[in-house]
Amino acid sequence: MTTATRPSRRRTRWPGRAGHLFVAAYVVLLVAFGVVPTVYAIYFAFTDAGDRFAGVANFVEAATDFRYFSAVGHVALYLLCWLVSLVVFVVGLALVLHRLTSRAAGTALRLFYYIPGALAGAASVLVWLFMLDPSVSPVSFLLRASGFDTFGEVVAPGHLPVLFTMIAFWTGAGGWIVVMYGALNTISPDLLEAARIDGAGTWQTAWRIQIPLLRKWIVYMVILAFAGGTQLFVEPQLLSQASVGVAGRDYSLNQLSYDFAFQNDNVNTAAAISVELLVIGVVVAGVFVARSGFFDAD
Amino acid sequence: MPTDTRTPPLVGASTRAAHAGSPRRSRARKLPNPLSVLVLALFAVFFVLPVLWLLLAATKTDDQLVHGNPLSFGSWDALGDNWSALTTFGDGAIFRWLGNSALYSFIALAITLCVAIPAGYALAMTEFRGRRTLLVATLVVMLMPNATLVVPLFLEVNAVHLIGSMWSIILPYSFYPFGVYLTYIYFSTALPRDLIDAAKLDGCSQFGVFSHIALPLAAPIVALVGFFSFVANWTNYFLPYVLLPESGQFPVQVGLGTLLDAVPQFNPTAGTAAVERPELALATLLAITPVLVVFLFSQRFLVAGMLAGATKE
Repeated sequence: MTTATRPSRRRTRWPGRAGHLFVAAYVVLLVAFGVVPTVYAIYFAFTDAGDRFAGVANFVEAATDFRYFSAVGHVALYLLCWLVSLVVFVVGLALVLHRLTSRAAGTALRLFYYIPGALAGAASVLVWLFMLDPSVSPVSFLLRASGFDTFGEVVAPGHLPVLFTMIAFWTGAGGWIVVMYGALNTISPDLLEAARIDGAGTWQTAWRIQIPLLRKWIVYMVILAFAGGTQLFVEPQLLSQASVGVAGRDYSLNQLSYDFAFQNDNVNTAAAISVELLVIGVVVAGVFVARSGFFDAD
Repeated sequence: MPTDTRTPPLVGASTRAAHAGSPRRSRARKLPNPLSVLVLALFAVFFVLPVLWLLLAATKTDDQLVHGNPLSFGSWDALGDNWSALTTFGDGAIFRWLGNSALYSFIALAITLCVAIPAGYALAMTEFRGRRTLLVATLVVMLMPNATLVVPLFLEVNAVHLIGSMWSIILPYSFYPFGVYLTYIYFSTALPRDLIDAAKLDGCSQFGVFSHIALPLAAPIVALVGFFSFVANWTNYFLPYVLLPESGQFPVQVGLGTLLDAVPQFNPTAGTAAVERPELALATLLAITPVLVVFLFSQRFLVAGMLAGATKE
């Protein structure tokens, strides 16, 4: 990061309050939809239904709920599958794509990988409900060869972490592949040339030069994917709707929080779970902002 | 709302990436390794096959879907039948949902642009008390996933008795810290200070500089922020699912869930208002079309934006 390209770090000073006026509307939204809900959730998490201070009772109630630890386990297992596949396949595919000689093929492939991103949200889950149903799936031969003849067998609870990983990967990996590919392009060709002259093969170049230089981007991806993964909701929710109870409505922590709030009318415990998820989100984001140098708040 | 962490907020590499494929690349002149070609092709099938299947499924009857070749075209008649069955479901509910999605996404988009662009500009170009705090808060919220605040937002909106109001969806959508961040990066790297100083010497006010100099130069970043915000809002499921009580107000993403409930093969308790699977596929296609169109037509621009938007260097 050279500072030479930046003419100066000084900001223009204007008399008056122009800066404040320019950010005023944004600050209002930040307070209303960032700060206030956070404070409100914390308030709810530490009070009871009668607005009295409840200490950690709500957190204890959530943690002693019979569904809580299985939800934590589900999310943890899903995160593991999701992060490993993301790192391995995104970095791998970006490296292979980057070595591709034909630029036209490279561009087309990146577009292909990127398109499912348009199907984020409920749409991607619906598509995969079809893909995983042996009676209509275009890969039903694969499903049947693996011993699954009905939709219910495919979506057995034990398979869910892998299935959710597939859906998430299908929707989200393309964008990251484009980012990694872009980052690979920033590596100086001279460096790769030098490595080649020194006798480094494809693997060595990838392992010793390209991947270390991608490290910052990989960390960024993992952190965002981790924080996003803890929020699993739409996939298990729609799947539980479609699977006739094979997958429960209490699979993930967000579903559990939703259930407490809307089925059990217990917003305090729901808020306690939200606060836990919030803490994870803020800590992960905070660590990244503080440690990475990715986002210098100048 | 903060950016969806599923699709990466494209804080790009550096602008040098724009020169990709320069003749100095060392990798040319070699036949591709067959193993790599195989891997790339397999993944291409993985990413594209479901989309292709979806396109074709809408042209079939449910029977053809089960017994026909999965990758064959059905018939225009079947497509017409699916269309009329889908559009009569719930008295044209699909159009209402699509209309709602458009309404929420576009109003939120307009507010996002009016709010985020000046804020990013001020963070980059002016000094004011609390500036650094605001910047750090923006980064933290930007990195927090979309869904974190949904249940707390419900509690807040409920407390002020706005449940069921369309503003309870639009205003949280309008809060888009990633847009502020992108604008901030753009102005702090790409706007020449000399230009600002010259305008200032000529007696231009801060607002004059913003509207006459900065804003016209920032057209690409305005488009980029607009695109990301639109896609994030259009594809959001959790927030409207929690905040909107009535089907008539659902955006299409939540509407798809309602349709799913009416498909007997997925939900045997679906009553008489049953929907068949090809209609569900058609509805999914309609739901993704706006985003898909933007994706396809602006791909080059988007990728350039991803790569140029970027870290401060």
